[in-house]
Amino acid sequence: MTAPLDVSGQALEAQPEAVLEGAGGKAIEGRSLGQIAWMRLKRDKAAIAGAFVVVFLTLIAIFAERPFGGLIALFGDPPNLPNNDLIDPLTSAPIGAWGGISWEHPFGLEPVNGRDIFARILSGAQISLLVAFLATMVSVVLGSLLGMLAGFFGGWADTFISRLMDIFLAFPLLLFAIAIVGAVPDEALGLKGNALRIAVIVFIIGFFNWPYIARIVRGQTLSLREREFVDAARSLGAGNSYIIFKEVFPNLVAPILVYSTLLIPTNILFEAALSFLGVGVAEPQASWGGMLTRAVDYYQTAPHFMIVPGLAIFITVMAFNLLGDGLRDALDPRAR
Amino acid sequence: MRKTKALALAALGTALTMGLAACGGSAGGGGNNNTGTGNTGAASTAKHNDGYTKVVNPSDAKGGTLKFAYSDEPDSMDPGNTYYAWNWNFSRLYARPLLTYTAAPGEEGLKLVPDLAEGLGEASEDGKTWTYKLKKGIKYDDGTEVKAADVKYAIARSNFSAELTDGPKYFAEYLDAEGYEGPYKDKDLANFKGIETPDDYTIVFKLKAPFSEFDFLVANPQSAPVPQAKDTGLEYEKAVASTGPYKMESYEVGKQLNLVKNENWDPATDTTRKQLPDRIEVQFKQNAEDIDQRLLAGQVHADLGGTGVQPAARAKIVADPKLKDSTDNPYTPFNRYAMMSTKVAPFDNIDCRKAVQYATDQVATQAPWGGPLGGDIGSTLMTPTTVGYQQFDLFPNGADNKGDAAKAKESLSACGQPNGFETNIAVRGDRPKEVQVAEALQASLDKVGIKATIKKYPSGDWSAQYAGRPDFVHKNKLGIMIAGWGADWPSGFGFLSQIVDGRFIKDSGNYNMMELNDQAVNDLLDKGIQTTDAAERNKIWGEVDKKVMESAAFLPFVYEKTLLFRPSSLTNVYVHPAYGMYDYTWLGVQQ
Repeated sequence: MTAPLDVSGQALEAQPEAVLEGAGGKAIEGRSLGQIAWMRLKRDKAAIAGAFVVVFLTLIAIFAERPFGGLIALFGDPPNLPNNDLIDPLTSAPIGAWGGISWEHPFGLEPVNGRDIFARILSGAQISLLVAFLATMVSVVLGSLLGMLAGFFGGWADTFISRLMDIFLAFPLLLFAIAIVGAVPDEALGLKGNALRIAVIVFIIGFFNWPYIARIVRGQTLSLREREFVDAARSLGAGNSYIIFKEVFPNLVAPILVYSTLLIPTNILFEAALSFLGVGVAEPQASWGGMLTRAVDYYQTAPHFMIVPGLAIFITVMAFNLLGDGLRDALDPRAR
Repeated sequence: MRKTKALALAALGTALTMGLAACGGSAGGGGNNNTGTGNTGAASTAKHNDGYTKVVNPSDAKGGTLKFAYSDEPDSMDPGNTYYAWNWNFSRLYARPLLTYTAAPGEEGLKLVPDLAEGLGEASEDGKTWTYKLKKGIKYDDGTEVKAADVKYAIARSNFSAELTDGPKYFAEYLDAEGYEGPYKDKDLANFKGIETPDDYTIVFKLKAPFSEFDFLVANPQSAPVPQAKDTGLEYEKAVASTGPYKMESYEVGKQLNLVKNENWDPATDTTRKQLPDRIEVQFKQNAEDIDQRLLAGQVHADLGGTGVQPAARAKIVADPKLKDSTDNPYTPFNRYAMMSTKVAPFDNIDCRKAVQYATDQVATQAPWGGPLGGDIGSTLMTPTTVGYQQFDLFPNGADNKGDAAKAKESLSACGQPNGFETNIAVRGDRPKEVQVAEALQASLDKVGIKATIKKYPSGDWSAQYAGRPDFVHKNKLGIMIAGWGADWPSGFGFLSQIVDGRFIKDSGNYNMMELNDQAVNDLLDKGIQTTDAAERNKIWGEVDKKVMESAAFLPFVYEKTLLFRPSSLTNVYVHPAYGMYDYTWLGVQQ
């Protein structure tokens, strides 16, 4: 996104409700950019499919386990319950075809201990999406704030923040994450066990990904601050903070939205990678990456155990990417 | 405690410094269930587990190349600097210790026989001096004669130098050699007073205290002679002076080792080895699953590590009776278990420990090892192939070993925690099987209300920093610790002393993680090691086992077993009970 959005993008901020209503149906004379974007998005089948999957996954994650009820409980075993009776002790693989797939265990069973893969996928979805969303929020808040500051004020603030971004971008994030997560104590900051681990992972992913957002925001801000409406506001006596938050920021919502949607799948993959390397959430809490690690030893005898979490990651990341791409195309016609 | 995996290396290293680790062999022999698939169509008529009781494919045909593959690389090929179980077996191809084990399957193979020595050790009246006579006319591969001083030098370098760190240090522990700094710092071997060589064929060991199982110590590869002039320290592994039927042709560290026949080896002096193949080739750092596939296809003859096939090959073998007939399922020297710390509440109360004993689903904790093929469900410290093993079960957890919730609840009430309690399970996080065991244990304890949290620690510092450090254990409330132990020689003493003797509780590198310090146990160990009558001694080891189990702090999971595959092209195959793998000095190949 190299060019600034059209000025009329302000409509997005001025009357968000109107935008939605307009999309709802009744013919309105003029169309705001938001309406146009929504129409474009609707026409993008891939993006809509992605959006459906995203919503579906989010609902599943929210309602999978406590506190919002129990999809898992409704369908069968809790995610950590072993079923040694359903495992062939001689091969360690589940008894039955396709990894023990049945009505009770729609995705089959984990080798060795016979835990229900369906329940673990759902439980893992919670972790994956929670980490991805929270980490993205951290990145977005930090990135937008610092990006706007750098772009708006220029000068030494820009130099400083830009160099900071370079430093962060050059950081060996994965190695750093492994080291940090490995060194985290059992209890800190009033958190314990997996709650603490999730907090640390969110912090690491979020804290090191902000420069991607910040760079985009900075570029946009640089050009926005020269625009007439900014001059107009300034000549009317508006202060810097007013201009940043009331004049510049609304014009940045679209790119921020697009890039956060694209950041989420990256973060899902990152969390999966950490779990795969054994520094994600701790067992017995299920996580997709953790399941993949386990699956490596049994890929020949119980391939379903690798395929199912692999597919879960693939579909989720794909859905977010499709949605993000669709959003970008819809919000920025010139980027097409 | 011999290592079966490279990962164990660091943890074990610390164990070694203390000496008494255990031993590993095996005596009982029994315990293998031949399921009798009854297939007669296989090319070979051998059945599953035949290699456990007899020699399969006996043949004296010479020639060919014997090919080994290994998924890792050794700590060292230097017989004085290795602690890998397979290498104590393999190194005998080119390094002969003073004594070795009889070349025979079953209990017979646990008996020591003279190798370089003319006979077993002669102990003095007070048990503190052991004398061995060398056979005359034994030569190195370059034709020079083996002298008593070379044996003395070999033990000096392997046990007293700071350079060679990988092997055990039993001799340093037991020999009376106060202040000796090893041959690299102190070139004059005369300053090493722990061993005397009155003439070229006599070796006299001087001990600090009586030790009735000293013969077992000189059966480890460290007593294989090393000529001082040829010693190049850590580099010696590339050009070991051979006394065995083979010598090193070339050795590329971490890649390939080639052995060729040693013409100066005289079979007349050697009762335990054969010299059938023309060459022996070892490939290191091969993919474990690839090794299995090549093994099944007959492209390699044996997996050097001797730890059995991977799950994929296991599934294939189980499904095919023909393949299964080409396998053996022997015990390894290892017991897999958990220890409960008697110093961490509420496990300071014996009834809380009993609750765990009763609640544990041992079928679930057996599954990660590979089910019945990976180990038999255990109920004692010593494994069935340890001399002195006695079968008993003080805490029967249901007829099917799946846990007895009622009894567990009873124990919980007796302990004053009728609703259960919270505790932690410590485990080596980089050992997938042990982690799965921890999860299985966690799930069984959960059923009776004991909420356990799994804490993972790296295996490298496991003993030095984590579970082997009582103050760390107390501070982090590690109530249960998942561990394993294998013996260095097949007797109860080596197996037990390091893990149950209260006087061996150390601030770091502690293997008595129960922190059990029972005077009765300590006294029995002392009494046993000073008892010269072997039968009497072995009975005492059984008593120690029972005493420790009575404390309920030791939670056995499985007596580990492996599934070894023998391709039909391999001749003279049998499982050597002292090593729990095929006797590598006997193997030949069919042309």
